Amino acid sequence: MVLQPSAAGDPARHNLDPHLARYAARTEGMTASEIRALFAVASRPEVVSLAGGMPNLAALPLESLASQVQDIIAQDGLVALQYGSAHGVPKLREQICEVMALEGIKAHPDDVVVTVGSQMGLDMITRLFCDPGDTVIAEGPSYVGALGSFAAYQARVVHVAMDDDGLVPELLEEALTSAAAQGRPAKLLYTIPNFHNPAGVTLSVERRSRIVEICRKHNVLIVEDNPYGLLGFDGQTYPALRSLDPDNVVYLGSFSKTFASGLRVGWVLAPHGIREKLVLAAESATLCPPTLNQLIVSRYLDTHDWKGQIKKFRESYRERRDAILAALAQHMPQGCTWTEPEGGFYVWVTVPEGIDTKAMLPRAVTARVAYASGTGFYADGFGSRQMRLSYCYPTPERIKEGVRRLAAVLESEMELVQTFGTVQRRPVSGPQTPGPDTA
Amino acid sequence: MADRAVAVLAGGLSHERDVSLRSGRRLSAALRAEGIHVEEWDTDAELVSRLREQRPDAVVVALHGGEGENGSVQAVLELLDVPYVGTTAQACRRAWDKPIAKSELREAGFHTPDWVVLPHSTFRELGAQAVLDAIVDRLGLPLIVKPDQGGSALGAQVVRDAAELPAAMVGCFAYGDTVLAERYIEGTEVAVTVVERDGEPQALPPVEIVPESGIYDYTARYTAGLTDFFTPARLSPEAAAAVKELAVAAHRRLGLRDVSRTDAVVQPDGTVQFLEVNLSPGLTETSTVPMAVEAAGGSLGQIYAELIERAVARASTKDITG
Repeated sequence: MVLQPSAAGDPARHNLDPHLARYAARTEGMTASEIRALFAVASRPEVVSLAGGMPNLAALPLESLASQVQDIIAQDGLVALQYGSAHGVPKLREQICEVMALEGIKAHPDDVVVTVGSQMGLDMITRLFCDPGDTVIAEGPSYVGALGSFAAYQARVVHVAMDDDGLVPELLEEALTSAAAQGRPAKLLYTIPNFHNPAGVTLSVERRSRIVEICRKHNVLIVEDNPYGLLGFDGQTYPALRSLDPDNVVYLGSFSKTFASGLRVGWVLAPHGIREKLVLAAESATLCPPTLNQLIVSRYLDTHDWKGQIKKFRESYRERRDAILAALAQHMPQGCTWTEPEGGFYVWVTVPEGIDTKAMLPRAVTARVAYASGTGFYADGFGSRQMRLSYCYPTPERIKEGVRRLAAVLESEMELVQTFGTVQRRPVSGPQTPGPDTA
Repeated sequence: MADRAVAVLAGGLSHERDVSLRSGRRLSAALRAEGIHVEEWDTDAELVSRLREQRPDAVVVALHGGEGENGSVQAVLELLDVPYVGTTAQACRRAWDKPIAKSELREAGFHTPDWVVLPHSTFRELGAQAVLDAIVDRLGLPLIVKPDQGGSALGAQVVRDAAELPAAMVGCFAYGDTVLAERYIEGTEVAVTVVERDGEPQALPPVEIVPESGIYDYTARYTAGLTDFFTPARLSPEAAAAVKELAVAAHRRLGLRDVSRTDAVVQPDGTVQFLEVNLSPGLTETSTVPMAVEAAGGSLGQIYAELIERAVARASTKDITG
């Protein structure tokens, strides 16, 4: 091969994406991200990842499941491998109603729409209700996947703070009043009442009826996202907001945390009018959820002790929660505070003034520990003093080691702050939280 | 050549793992298109036993940053007598360090922006503001701060106002304990790939880099469309010759082997300023080396296939480190 060191002719211009000018405005922010790139290191076993939110599936009865899947294909393959209804498999919708009854929800299977994970439900609800510029109220911090959906539909997110008892009703009322006064009344309240992602707190029972009342008063639809509701460490459950106001709450449920996240089976329970539109929206999005996966979930609910399995998951996560709380108490430097979850996957940590957890992440990765910086959980740049620690996936021993490493990183960062003072960090482009496949 | 079994090392534990994995995948596909049997290996606890057991004909190091460029992995390959493409461990250890590379090139008579190298401890012990003031006094503004080691512009920041300097320093120290502060030179930014052919380093057409934001940072590097590239760079014949001379000189002076990439700026008056050299340059979809190879009428797979043959030939003469 001959190379031409002095290529003749006019310089060629390469823009590596000739479609750049054609993208919709909603793609703003969909760029390469040095923060997201750092999470690639988190997949290495040397790194203790407290960053992702992957459920720990080790306790699943895999052999038995394999046999069930084989049976489904052998006995019902022509249905399992065929298109289905956008509404979802009828039997599974009936079973979903039984699952929801555990949290006080009385529902008709017709009002359940099966989705490709509850994320799809969230996307469709946003699509149905939000025009560009519409206001959505969300807890601060909030689930990053929800913020992604709201951004995709160019909704304006107003965060409302939480305390140890979850969303603060007075602040919610204030935010709704303020939004209306600005001529931009909120359309939706998006909330995760139980074992919040990322904050780890739970909305108190007392506040639930108050939240429902406030939303009624302000004519705001509640979107209740409840993927962790059955993962209370003492087996406790809380009354779903949907059970308190069936006509003004859209409920999102999921089998990702209680069975298998890879099957991507979730659901929406919605009042009749909304449900009709959801089915049509689902048809245009995916035609139908995967039939085989729905049949697998349905068979699992039929033949396995799924409540016993959830108990096993709970025990596993409780052990991990205990490990992380003990390690935080033992190692974290003075000035750090954190939530104490009673269920779910996450602890929300606040670090001393001056530390920027996003800017600190490279140092943490060098020290072989990873976390999710708080800024990714806000739509407005807040959260630089916070971080989400996930305890769902690593073993308790690894969790303890990870927190020990993290504490040392924080000590170094505090020294840096002492040296340079509190500084205003530059903004960083692109996603700031790990992808779904990060442990 | 088609019977060759090659391992491409990609991934690693550096901050550039993600970029390296992409480089590794791109290179592997290019080599497979040449009929070479390729496996992609990470540098994990299995690597040494895998190298011993499978004895690939050669290894191509597509690691970026950390152990892939500081000579550590190369030292292991030499220890195991495994032929590899790329710079020797000994040369890596020097060239990997940006201030050392700058010193070498200045000694050789080339221009490079004035700089200062400082560890965090200096700021802590002497007082940050006094040291920051001294940096601005000495280098002027704008300036750029970056980690003294590593690539992909991670931790690098252009500072146009002295008030921004503490934040830039803190951001940089997140990636390493020592910063390189350098006078920021405005001009035409170019990347020059050097490939050894028949034992002689040969500069390929320079690639001009024009980021939309004005700064070739991580986002501009790896988001397709945010940077325009011109091949060859829109330079006068004299400037084009000068940047190629610089890249070949950097390759020789720093003892680099097989392939390298030199980053430089051509000032409006034609002065060429050396910025840094890359021992294991990126080979991703948005990297400049594949563009330079294409502009020279070659293909990435063919170039690396030839370099693999060179590596194998070196091994047959027991000169893995030569």
